[in-house]
Amino acid sequence: MNIHEYQAKELLKKYNVPVLKSQAVFSSAEAGKVAFEMFESQGSKVVVLKSQVHAGGRGKGVVHDIKTNAEKKVGDKTVRGVTVIAGGELSDKVFKYADATFGNKLVTIQTGAAGAIVNRMLIEDGASIQKEYYVSILLDRQTSKNIVMCSTEGGMDIEKVAEETPERIIKETIEPKIGFQGYQARRLAFGLGLSGDGFKNFIPFIMNLVRAYEDLDCSMMEINPMVLTTDGKILALDAKVNFDDNSLYRHKDLLVYRDIAEESELEVEASKYDLNYIKLDGNVGCMVNGAGLAMATMDMIQMAGGAPANFLDVGGGANVERISNAFRIMMSDKDVKAVLINIFGGIVRCDRVAEGIIQALKTVKVTVPVIVRLDGTNAIEGAEKLKNSGMEFKVAVNFNDAAAKVSEVFAA
Amino acid sequence: MSVLVNKNTRLLVQGLTGTEGTFHTSQMLEYGTKVVAGVTPGKGGTSYKGNDVVKLIKAVPVFNTVSEAVSKTKANASVIFVPPAFAADAILEAIEAKIALIICISEGIPIKDMIVVKSALEGSNSILIGPNCPGVITPGEAKIGIMPGFIHSKGRVGVVSRSGTLTYEAVKQLTDEGLGQTTCIGIGGDPIIGTQFIDVIKLFNADPETEAIMMIGEIGGNAEETAAAYIKEFVTKPVIGFIAGRTAPPGRRMGHAGAIVSGGQGTAESKIAVMKDAGIFVVETPGTLGATCALALKNIKTKKTISKKIAEPKASKVVKVSKK
Repeated sequence: MNIHEYQAKELLKKYNVPVLKSQAVFSSAEAGKVAFEMFESQGSKVVVLKSQVHAGGRGKGVVHDIKTNAEKKVGDKTVRGVTVIAGGELSDKVFKYADATFGNKLVTIQTGAAGAIVNRMLIEDGASIQKEYYVSILLDRQTSKNIVMCSTEGGMDIEKVAEETPERIIKETIEPKIGFQGYQARRLAFGLGLSGDGFKNFIPFIMNLVRAYEDLDCSMMEINPMVLTTDGKILALDAKVNFDDNSLYRHKDLLVYRDIAEESELEVEASKYDLNYIKLDGNVGCMVNGAGLAMATMDMIQMAGGAPANFLDVGGGANVERISNAFRIMMSDKDVKAVLINIFGGIVRCDRVAEGIIQALKTVKVTVPVIVRLDGTNAIEGAEKLKNSGMEFKVAVNFNDAAAKVSEVFAA
Repeated sequence: MSVLVNKNTRLLVQGLTGTEGTFHTSQMLEYGTKVVAGVTPGKGGTSYKGNDVVKLIKAVPVFNTVSEAVSKTKANASVIFVPPAFAADAILEAIEAKIALIICISEGIPIKDMIVVKSALEGSNSILIGPNCPGVITPGEAKIGIMPGFIHSKGRVGVVSRSGTLTYEAVKQLTDEGLGQTTCIGIGGDPIIGTQFIDVIKLFNADPETEAIMMIGEIGGNAEETAAAYIKEFVTKPVIGFIAGRTAPPGRRMGHAGAIVSGGQGTAESKIAVMKDAGIFVVETPGTLGATCALALKNIKTKKTISKKIAEPKASKVVKVSKK
């Protein structure tokens, strides 16, 4: 599960990881009011207004009007995902930028042209920055251990740094039997070239960060940038936190951070039925049992001349109700021009799957070709059921035949 | 011969009396697997015959702890059907009891728990297969896991895979081609798993009955690349490979917790390139896995070298159709 920057900072504060004074707002009116009461009237000369969406690249992203798609401007300035606001009439300016942003879409390198609608913003105090750094904690799949990664190249795309100047990335492995130790924190601090107050403040910063990561069952934590201020403080200027979905059962308090507006509507609907559905851009809907077979089916659709409209794994225990819900969700994607159902019956019985499909077709109107491939347990009984249903199916006998039938649809 | 499991394997089922445990134990017993014990804390001392829906063909003695089950029944393998919140604990208990082979079927174990398990495995007497896997089967001898037994047949190919149903797809093709399997091992779809491709490849390479190896991978991590490097240097048997997920969008988890392309790492393209470079016959679609394997085995008998052209058969029209 991903969360917003302001939520991540709320959590970090509880772990004594220093962050700047900030406040989340949910409308432009609230933005103006908060900017005045919490910042301008308290003596702030500079604030930063940050759009809260899960996608990265916000700083360079541009806000587009939700209706006209035109780039939003305040005066002659393009409105971006992150704006530094300074000078007199601070709250007035905050209101104008917030007003140009709320309800509109932020297009960044990660969102694609569709953008992400901004419903939440964060107002944060300015800081006097001496230097920016990169810090992250994540699982190293090769060693099956967590690692702490730091770099002097703060604010940069870390993948680019890793590729071009790998020597600027330093790592410490967290040994599961020992835990993250002070000497490792010091080694990172020296590696970053920190000294004096910066060095002293970095040690508790990183120790607390690791503690938060482990306590909260995170799968990734990224502070980019972490900053050293001119008066020697170490702060998390941005924060990206992902939780391990498998551990959420023991962190019920974190569930309030889920923002459904950030998820695709169909994916949210699918999650209600424990279906694993991911919306894609293609035109062939596919319904498969098992994640590996589902991915392979998507690849096959592309080779056959179509493009997968979704990933949909109905899982091992697919019953009639599950299949019919899955079918309905897959069909509510307007881009679907053909459907491929690929089931390899192991524990799942193909005749049950066939019943589910027939059931679904009674309630969902389908005008596109439906290709069905059933193999494994009770495949013959399943095919028989489809044949006798009076509905029209293109029945494929194996994986290759299913691919050929997809090709036929697109050749026609 | 076979690897990891055979007709002498004495199996313990952790989570025997649960719905999943009961159903799959009945299937394993019917296949001929020697199920010697079950563990359900609190039900020790009883004998389990099934529930209202599923009856076991043979009663299985139940114990409270793994160590007690091992000392009373000499179980040397364990299969785990315990809910994910308690599965890591179950694996650790099996490691402590020095069970040689632990197979964990459970899906959804927290990463933090698996880091502890992985660390406990270091220097232990145990091998862990999974979690989030279909299990291990040596056709005709023993089935440990949730795979449908009837699609398998005793034969010549060792199969290793990160997936479930995609493995069944490959297995059925091998059966239909008359090649059969020595042992099929599902290593699991999680980011942290006990046994990797390379470990299984080493076993198959050393097994005299395994004539060819089929390796079915997917996006995410770099286990396929590590295995390919080993294959390039040490494996003389033909290896047939497939990678699922070429069309998966970056940054999204495709069902399996471990199937994610992150930061440009773990893409299908990079894996396929490394595998081809290692001399692995990488097929474009799983529909041709069986046929490719047949050709590879046929050619190795007549010629020492196999040309890549032969290894990628024109069996399917699909390959020719260009993308839009």
